[in-house]
Amino acid sequence: MNSLETFLFTTDLGIVILTILKSLALIVPLLIGVAYLTLAERKVLGAIQLRKGPNVVGPFGLWQPFADAIKMLMKETIIPAGANRALFVLAPLLTFGLAVTAWAVIPVSNHWAIANINVGILYIFAISSLGVYGIIIAGWASNSKYAFLGAMRSAAQMVSYEVSMGFVIVTVIMCVGSQNLNDIVLAQRHIWFAIPLFPMFIIFFISGLAETNRAPFDLAEGDTEIVAGFFVEYSAMSFALFFLGEYANMILISATTTVLFLGGWLSPLPFIPFTWIPGVFWFVFKIFVCLFVFIWVRGTLPRYRYDQIMALGWKVFLPISLVWLVMTAGFLEIFGMLPHA
Amino acid sequence: MIANLAFDLFSAILLGSAVMVVSSRNPVHSVLFLILCFINAAILFLMAGAEFLALVLVIVYVGAVAVLFMFVVMMLDVDFSELREGVQRYAPIGAAVGLVLFVELAFVMVNWVIAPGAAGMRLLPAPGNMTNTAALGSVLYTNYIFLFQLAGAVLLVAMIGAIVLTLRDRKRGKTQDIDIQHSRMPADTLSMVNAKLGAGASVPARHEDAL
Repeated sequence: MNSLETFLFTTDLGIVILTILKSLALIVPLLIGVAYLTLAERKVLGAIQLRKGPNVVGPFGLWQPFADAIKMLMKETIIPAGANRALFVLAPLLTFGLAVTAWAVIPVSNHWAIANINVGILYIFAISSLGVYGIIIAGWASNSKYAFLGAMRSAAQMVSYEVSMGFVIVTVIMCVGSQNLNDIVLAQRHIWFAIPLFPMFIIFFISGLAETNRAPFDLAEGDTEIVAGFFVEYSAMSFALFFLGEYANMILISATTTVLFLGGWLSPLPFIPFTWIPGVFWFVFKIFVCLFVFIWVRGTLPRYRYDQIMALGWKVFLPISLVWLVMTAGFLEIFGMLPHA
Repeated sequence: MIANLAFDLFSAILLGSAVMVVSSRNPVHSVLFLILCFINAAILFLMAGAEFLALVLVIVYVGAVAVLFMFVVMMLDVDFSELREGVQRYAPIGAAVGLVLFVELAFVMVNWVIAPGAAGMRLLPAPGNMTNTAALGSVLYTNYIFLFQLAGAVLLVAMIGAIVLTLRDRKRGKTQDIDIQHSRMPADTLSMVNAKLGAGASVPARHEDAL
């Protein structure tokens, strides 16, 4: 060990600096990913609708995200007269901050996480359940009917889908015997949980769509009925933060799906030429696949009605996930496969 | 040293926001301060090494219960100036109840004996090298299984009660019944009529109520 390593790994200050460096190493690629996800979404939607998508700024429209960012920065942030100023400003910061915070525990490769904590999956669940506050506060602080309606819809929707999401997570935890995300991925060495727990995988992904307020569950925004829902009063950078937060949440849900069901950083083909490829590559590749499905769904399905969303969450997903949870527990118990941590 | 300072800081924020919950003028602000309270309590749990309890507190209370509080507070248009007028009238009763509770607590505290082993175990939430989720489960599902089941039954009763209170036959509303819509055939609703020139067609009987 040279002196720099000793400083970074043993002294208090060194550990703080190391953690900041690790966070930057995660957040910078994440933000670039978010920027280019906006472009990818417009390109894929363009292809689905037989258009070209953005193709003017730079080669293949590659500078479009930067052009958008500069445009957003140059615009004026307008705070409505009747708004609650402090909360109005807090809401987008909260949304975006939480979307980034959750990444602290995601393992991008074996033991490559900023914090490899015991209760990693609970941490992600807790952070994503806080995400609803950004939306409620925005809707209330705007002091506008449309924003308020959007916030109310979103609150009910996110709370409902968290229930079945919780049962899915419990099922996975039961199969692993640990709440640590690293252990959850390593438990999938032989078979990805997407295969034995296939219905739960589908429920988790669809609940993820609802949790991020994405189409076909985007009635918190509902452009055709309530203009833009909870962020109708937002402009410029405060709007951009909501926008980026939504995309960061999409990537987060994709990463969580990958960790819980698609074997995380593990190679899909566990033999020699594929296992040479570093785990980070596979992890990012699987996230891309999930994100493509997110965009594909948006380009294909029309928006659900409010009561249909509630019926799907409470009358379809909740019973299925509950029954599957009990069945999994029974199966593991009967065949003596329960992991004893 | 640093742990103590952090404990003082977070408990101070906790108590401060608890005061703000009852004293802030805007009910939405009250709920937000309540959330701050919960989060600080979770941090205190985390500092004591009880990470499972900390995160469950955030998930259950902040992520679900407080959202519903917020929902109710925003939807109900409570006139707080009216409520505040009543404070003068009800303050003595509230104070009396508070005093009785305080005296009772004081009586209990005087006779309270702390077990000799307990003081040393204050910051040891899990025995040995068990994770504290496993430790909690191994106690809750063995020694306290009946109490645990009882708690579940109480919650179930409360839930059924809430459903019964809100369940009504909504005949007045136009709710969609997907089964009826899917089983509808063209023959049920559509009939071809040859209208005579100048006379028009009479409406078949089964369509009259639809018109």
